Amino acid sequence: MANNITISLDGLTKRFDSFTAVNNISFSLGKGEVLGFLGPNGAGKSTTMKMLTGYLPITQGRASICGYDVVSSPLSAQERIGYLPEGAPLYGDMSSIEFLRFVAEVRGFRGAERNQKVENAVSKLELGSVINKPIETLSKGFKRRVGFAQAILHDPDVLILDEPTDGLDPNQKHQVRSLIMEMAPDKAIVISTHLLEEVSAVCSRAIIISNGNLVFDGTPKDFAKLGPLDEAFRELTSEKSIKKRSNKKRSIKTRPKKENR
Amino acid sequence: MSGIGVISKRELLAYFSTPLAYVFIVIFLALSGSLTFFMGSFFDRGQADLNSFFSFHPWLYLFLIPAVAMRLWAEERKTGTIELLLTLPIADWQVVVGKFLAAWLFIAISLVLTFPLWITVNWLGQPDNGVILASYIGSFIMAGGYLAIGSCLSALTKNQVIAFILSAVVCFLFLMSGVEIVQAFFQPWAPNYILDAVNSLSFLTHFNGIIRGVIDFRDVVYFASIIGVFLYVNAIIINLKKGS
Repeated sequence: MANNITISLDGLTKRFDSFTAVNNISFSLGKGEVLGFLGPNGAGKSTTMKMLTGYLPITQGRASICGYDVVSSPLSAQERIGYLPEGAPLYGDMSSIEFLRFVAEVRGFRGAERNQKVENAVSKLELGSVINKPIETLSKGFKRRVGFAQAILHDPDVLILDEPTDGLDPNQKHQVRSLIMEMAPDKAIVISTHLLEEVSAVCSRAIIISNGNLVFDGTPKDFAKLGPLDEAFRELTSEKSIKKRSNKKRSIKTRPKKENR
Repeated sequence: MSGIGVISKRELLAYFSTPLAYVFIVIFLALSGSLTFFMGSFFDRGQADLNSFFSFHPWLYLFLIPAVAMRLWAEERKTGTIELLLTLPIADWQVVVGKFLAAWLFIAISLVLTFPLWITVNWLGQPDNGVILASYIGSFIMAGGYLAIGSCLSALTKNQVIAFILSAVVCFLFLMSGVEIVQAFFQPWAPNYILDAVNSLSFLTHFNGIIRGVIDFRDVVYFASIIGVFLYVNAIIINLKKGS
């Protein structure tokens, strides 16, 4: 994985006034990897993603996408990212096709190329039946798929999905997951979630953060070795465990594969 | 440049996708028309000009333009689409300018639709069409000033009603600083340069110059700087408010 690093975070930190939302997080991700970004609510998952996508300013540290620093060359980084924000916000007054065309145009596609990109995304997500309906009238599952279509429209190298399956029914969850797996081989994908089974279902790597600190970095298998998922998760993210570990220097940070703590 | 165009197009279509646009245009036309004829005594003046039409514009804009501007950013922040928009590969300032231009174009459409008044006055007499054209341009530029204020303040809140009230209040201050009552308040004690400063800050002072038929370079610079300053602050506010 080391030869084709597409996402790299180095000491990424975000402070809101005195509150530290994300504390010194470093990892890198290569093509073909699907990273499950785990943590309790409020752990700093979304904040990290917002910094990666250039939405929130970074307090300290660096982040780069395909070699482009998200602070010094944000537009080049953003061109290579497909981003699904939490809750998949969309322009409710537009129809799906209008919306996707708009996003394609902002991304610089015009005319036939634009239509081609939109068409691809529409067929991939099976949006054909609702394409002319105003987005606000669509069901939650369809809305999420429109948000998804928007993110993959330009075939980005990096996909950042903030809770893509949150609030979907089991069928829709399955659909989203198979879509992610389908796209995985030639992209670097980051999925945030608080569903543990999702990690074992789609991810090749898991990172757990708690109170802004990275507490686990390894494969889902490594994670499973720690015991039953729920218990391991609770153990890693409990206050006590974080304190203990910050004294011992973050020791549980295993490199994926190889080292088996 | 093309990025601005894409944003403007979406924004303008968004106006017409809700009844707001049509309601606005109807109210604008009805009010500007009736003010001209009843309050402005268009007929009694017996003059072939549109002075009684244009002199009400600063007051009409005072509450109509905040209504146009209020949704520009407040809605975006409320629905969370701002995150989507600002993580697309387009610079923040391009989004600010694109949105502003869309709203400005919308005002231009409303202004153009007042053409029956122009036809009426030309049918009744021989007005100086140069003055009328200058007044239309002046009114349009002034609308830009109101709009920049409205857009800027709309970025402060998720609530469109608050955005409306805030911008109406600030526009009111910019308007009133040229009114005689306010001037009289400063006159007894303030030195002349303060008096001049307050007076020259007013939309009214600069607009009244234009509807006399003279597009003074200084008036244009004034409105252009209002637009520039408020859009600049607009971009800053958006950056500061991203976290919240």
